[in-house]
Amino acid sequence: MRLLPLIASAILTTGLVFTLDTQLKIGNSKAPRLGYFLSPQHGFWKNAEKINTNFDATIIANELKGNVDVYVDDRLVPHIYADHDEDAYFVQGYLHAKFRLWQMDFETRVASGRLSEIAGADKLPIDRFFRRLGMVYGAEQTEANINATNPLMKTTLDAYTAGVNAYIKQLDPADLPFEFKLMNYAPEDWTPKKTYLFLMFMSYDLTGRSANADLQLTNTRDYLGYDLFDKLYTNKQDSLDPIIPKGTVFAKPSIVPQKPIKSDSSYLHNTKALAFNNEIMPEAPDKNNGSNNWAVSGSKTKSGRPILCSDPHLGLNLPSLWYEMQITTPTHSTYGASFPGSPAVIIGFNDSLAWGVTNAGRDVFDYYEIKFKDSTRNEYWYNGAWKPTTKRKEIIKVKDSTDVIEDIAMTNWGPTMFDAHYQNPQSKGRNLAVQWTAHSTSTGVETFYQLNRAKNYEDYLHAISLWTCPGQNFVLATKTGDIAIKQQGRFVARWERQGDFIMPGEDSSFAWQGIIPNDENPIIKNPARGFVSSANQPATDPTYPYYLGAASAFPLYRGISVNKHLTSMNQITPQDMQAMQTDNYNVFAATARPALMRYLQLDKLSNDAKKMVNEMTNWDLNNSVDSKGITVFKIIWDSVEQAVWGDELAGSTIPLTKPEAFVLLDQMNKDSNWSIADDIRTKDKVENFKDQVTLGVENATKKLLELEKENKLEWSLFKATRILHLTKMPALSRLNLPIGGGVNIINATTENHGPSWRMIVHLTDEIEAYGLYPGGQSGNPGSPYYDSFVNTWAAGQYYRFLFLGKEKLKQNARTKWHLQFKAA
Amino acid sequence: MKILISIILSALLAYAAGIYGNLPWWSFVITNLIVAIAIPQKAFYSFLSGFVAIGLLWCGLAILIDQGNDHILSMKVATILPLKGSYIALIALTTFIGALLGGLASLTGSFVRASK
Repeated sequence: MRLLPLIASAILTTGLVFTLDTQLKIGNSKAPRLGYFLSPQHGFWKNAEKINTNFDATIIANELKGNVDVYVDDRLVPHIYADHDEDAYFVQGYLHAKFRLWQMDFETRVASGRLSEIAGADKLPIDRFFRRLGMVYGAEQTEANINATNPLMKTTLDAYTAGVNAYIKQLDPADLPFEFKLMNYAPEDWTPKKTYLFLMFMSYDLTGRSANADLQLTNTRDYLGYDLFDKLYTNKQDSLDPIIPKGTVFAKPSIVPQKPIKSDSSYLHNTKALAFNNEIMPEAPDKNNGSNNWAVSGSKTKSGRPILCSDPHLGLNLPSLWYEMQITTPTHSTYGASFPGSPAVIIGFNDSLAWGVTNAGRDVFDYYEIKFKDSTRNEYWYNGAWKPTTKRKEIIKVKDSTDVIEDIAMTNWGPTMFDAHYQNPQSKGRNLAVQWTAHSTSTGVETFYQLNRAKNYEDYLHAISLWTCPGQNFVLATKTGDIAIKQQGRFVARWERQGDFIMPGEDSSFAWQGIIPNDENPIIKNPARGFVSSANQPATDPTYPYYLGAASAFPLYRGISVNKHLTSMNQITPQDMQAMQTDNYNVFAATARPALMRYLQLDKLSNDAKKMVNEMTNWDLNNSVDSKGITVFKIIWDSVEQAVWGDELAGSTIPLTKPEAFVLLDQMNKDSNWSIADDIRTKDKVENFKDQVTLGVENATKKLLELEKENKLEWSLFKATRILHLTKMPALSRLNLPIGGGVNIINATTENHGPSWRMIVHLTDEIEAYGLYPGGQSGNPGSPYYDSFVNTWAAGQYYRFLFLGKEKLKQNARTKWHLQFKAA
Repeated sequence: MKILISIILSALLAYAAGIYGNLPWWSFVITNLIVAIAIPQKAFYSFLSGFVAIGLLWCGLAILIDQGNDHILSMKVATILPLKGSYIALIALTTFIGALLGGLASLTGSFVRASK
């Protein structure tokens, strides 16, 4: 009788199948289903793309009106030639999905608070944060608006969506993108709402820093008191070189924001102990989310034609936020960087003009404190009466667990983000509602849709007038010789300091008093100096009639550097612009180093410290890859800052905002007896800058000696720039890149942040354009095109874009593949 | 001779079933079972046939794919799993997992035949 062995071996086999088909827990994360993952016909091996893959294909689609030809060049950049605009967006959606499907799914999951659904309860804090912030709410407002009022954008979104879904529909499960297999879930159908969610995420990334900063600034003011706060966090920037040159006269404002009479007592100086910390928040958007852009007129170039440059600085990730492409239809021919997840080209050029964007940094996000009648949160006190709230239910699905429901009270300000159900132990009883321009309806990507087709300055003005959030500086250069820059968005007409801190929400006196009319937004066209530029500095000097927001939102020094270069340059070529875009000169250190040296008491220093100071003084002020001087300078500067205001901030149990570097530098340059320099902890002694600089250098030396021992004094080794995969897995990321640059540098590459797309467009008759982004056209970690631009980017080199008509491109030596889309 | 036929047939059927992405990855358990029932062998030889068939198939496919890919993905996966970045270890693991399950499936098949 062999029944026993049969049963035994059957159980063993089934058990093994079951085990290999289950996600086992490894440490804190879940492993893929091992049998599935390793199966060469189903799992990850299927994603190991052949080095010499032939991308030729024929795709038949019912949704197309006509045939579409896509030629793909040797960098895997597709050039779409369609007879109908909608077909072009269908194909754009299809290609985005073909090369970036997982990223599109993941990014919109983050934006809509749906990570827990695939990754489990660990991700709940992130999901709850985004839900309560009103990300889904905002996307719904825009979707409803476009469905009701904007048939053009609706058609465009529908075509794009159909393209994404046509790809998903034909996808063999064995060919799912790698990360779906790794995390064991499947893509769902694309919807226009996902595009709006993606745009909400960009709004959060570029204006949502206030969600954290406003709480921290409030805490910092409460801790220091307003008077000391206003000294350390001053909005006066001595060295400001604004986007609109100083001295420009602004028209009389149509709104004159009135500071409420009670603002001193119930707002600025109202320092009741309120204590939030950021434990429950995901990583706040990077403070350096910014960018450079500029355009020079023909008067300054060798060819006599304008040149436009744009390099948006964002978190560096793989797969990249950007996907390069050309779209050509009878209505327009456009080339540039697109967002997987959205139709049209976002930063680029067409056969008439080029455009680029930088972040405006304006404050469009405020907290208002709410008083609820009782714990039901059904009524709140407003203008002397109890008003009803409405409730918004956000249901968060959690993998392997029960749903979590966020029951959000909606007020006239917006969603009540913080209340008794969402807080930390220190925040008991506080209810904070969010008012944010991203919650209002927007026109989605219509601005970019129109820019893709713009022929001249007027078209550009019209296109950007539709833009609401996040506020941007749109730079323009046309073939006909115009250059311009305009700061555009839905900006709040603020009084000084309005919204820097949490505001009282019990009546309308602290409410926004209006949105600044578009034609009062800062703009400059064809200035005499022959260039326009922006680098996230304040758009204007303080004579502009509206308050822009706290100075901490506006980095100063990159703008100074850009303008200095452009002022001195003449006979400019695209190659000069490449050198400038990758320039590592440290304009901050150029001022800060002499200031340090002025106060430094060399004779009081140890020998080690003298050696370090020597390294710093011999430095050529360039943040180059192998420079040790910049590392020494940075550590010394940070130590001096710590010595100067570490005492004022010490003792706080809650996270406080550090004052800006410019505050210290400006004071060192004008007031050698600044009272803040005193260490308030030493009662018997009054320290001055001399003491603090010397102390700072000694403290820095200890740290620097350690770095020297670890062989990390060279800038690129110290900085260790990395491009992280969206899951943060090191194996899928690029680490320790040999690249210079940094904060305050035109080449704004920090540890994990920097020029996410570099573009230079020379507006000659046949456009000559260069650029690249730190990634690759394929989102597949198993493809040679996954990170194929990274080394070129790190080395500061460029690719020449192929921007040609269909017949010319077809015959170009760099064109390698042909995807034919055929209408069924 | 029997063992050779059994190996070839098991590998072929497993490969054929694997072409259909909608079928589960463990379809070869069923095909191995069928082959083992159809070609009766002693338990050990049956196990060996299934083990070698799937082991060879998975090993061969993995090597073929990996060569064509210049180890780009295998080295990344071998860091995640973690196998210290060794693509050879990853291919070995792939081979072993497939072979073991293949062997057990065929063994079960041989017992079905024997228990009749």
